[in-house]
Amino acid sequence: MALDVNSNSYTFGFSTLMVIIVAVLLAYASEGLKPMQNANVTREKMQNILSSVGVKATAEEAETMYKEMIVESYVLDHDGKVVEGSDVQAFDIDVLAQYKDKAKADADKRYPLFVCEKDGKLSYIIPMVGTGLWGPIWGYMAMASDGKTVEGASFDHKGETPGLGAEIKTDWFQAPFVGKTIFDDNGEFAPIKAVKGGAADDDPHGVDAISGGTITSNGLSAMIENTLKIYVGYLKDLQKPVEVPVVTDSLATDSLATDTLQVVTTQTATVK
Amino acid sequence: MSAVAEAPVAAKESEPLFSKKNRKLLSDPFNDSNPITVQVLGICSALAITVQVKQAVVMALSVTVVTAFSNLIMSMIRNFVPNRIRIIVQLVVVAALVILVDQTLKAFVYDVSKQLSVFVGLIITNCIVMGRIEAFALANRPWPSFIDGIGNGLGYGFILFIVAVFREFFGSGKFWGIQLIPQAVYDMGYVNNGLVILPPMALIVVGTIIWVQRSRNTKLIEN
Repeated sequence: MALDVNSNSYTFGFSTLMVIIVAVLLAYASEGLKPMQNANVTREKMQNILSSVGVKATAEEAETMYKEMIVESYVLDHDGKVVEGSDVQAFDIDVLAQYKDKAKADADKRYPLFVCEKDGKLSYIIPMVGTGLWGPIWGYMAMASDGKTVEGASFDHKGETPGLGAEIKTDWFQAPFVGKTIFDDNGEFAPIKAVKGGAADDDPHGVDAISGGTITSNGLSAMIENTLKIYVGYLKDLQKPVEVPVVTDSLATDSLATDTLQVVTTQTATVK
Repeated sequence: MSAVAEAPVAAKESEPLFSKKNRKLLSDPFNDSNPITVQVLGICSALAITVQVKQAVVMALSVTVVTAFSNLIMSMIRNFVPNRIRIIVQLVVVAALVILVDQTLKAFVYDVSKQLSVFVGLIITNCIVMGRIEAFALANRPWPSFIDGIGNGLGYGFILFIVAVFREFFGSGKFWGIQLIPQAVYDMGYVNNGLVILPPMALIVVGTIIWVQRSRNTKLIEN
């Protein structure tokens, strides 16, 4: 064979050609599969948002259910004030990227809030992000319309230890969050903590931590505290009793009537 | 160099696709030359992703695809690869295949790909892949190499499957995510064994499999 496979020029030629072929192939595959991958990511986000209010949607139905149930979304600034006419959509805010971006000033940060309507009840879904043991952890917590009771929570992680830290993803860990409250009796902010050794049954601000997953549990507690404190302002507004006489607008009377009716029914229910 | 030399036993052109020799390439890795229990390759991933059967199966299929096609490609170009950059070429071929597999998993079985996380990427460093290219594909024709890759991938997957069935059952009481141990048993005081979830238990299971296999298979008994 005239061609010397081991000569320098052949080696250079071979490696150059190989790199070009592989690069083209991979670039093509990556671009070709990207739409499907992005759709998966979007669907997963919708699933996660919905699962915080206890709705288990499959990947296929996530999109329709999301459109149906998420009636409103807001963009909040670092003080928990709604940003009017924000240039980004709440759904498009990448809280994880923002969390990692150390250079971004607090004033520039934007926080999404999703309002979900389920069985006629509104809940306010707050996305959160924090640090676990091996990487980022994130999740969604749904607050009831009273602004302090947790309706549900869902968490996820990048690479926590399977069977240990990764358990934050499971139902047994997430279920106890339901019904906990993030404000104490004096109206002070009291975030939910994952308590090592197990939370007391009547602890309104604690859930069981994961044995063997202490750092993940602590990271989760820190995440809840750090995220919720931004939303405290907004949640406190929710807690204020609705000032009934303010509504004089005849257009709103209908909805008001139903509201009052509901209040009345709940009151009678309590009396019973 | 011997590695790029022609196949030592050149197969005849008329050899049937599934001759006895080729069938042996496919079946040997399940027992006599199992990558995990006999060659003791690819142990790390066998410990990491055998907590659930579904993960183990997807991982096994991914590894099979990578070993089969990297063997095939390397065997096809074995006479054109400059010997000095042989290992680099192998790495590039394997890495490219792994990225393709990873991207495909992300697009089509997103939930599993998330659970496998880094371990798909780590197929690149799985010793089985490089081991089979060096030991077999560089000295054999494409078709036997391809079969050898499939055989080794499946042999690896076979052990993964056994370990995963054991670990998922005793660790979570499930098979393929379906609850097998009824709630009534838990109510009576049964608890899932947390140790089985942890990697050391996988090592113990693999060790037990090796022990059983060595005591039964006379070919493997050393003096």
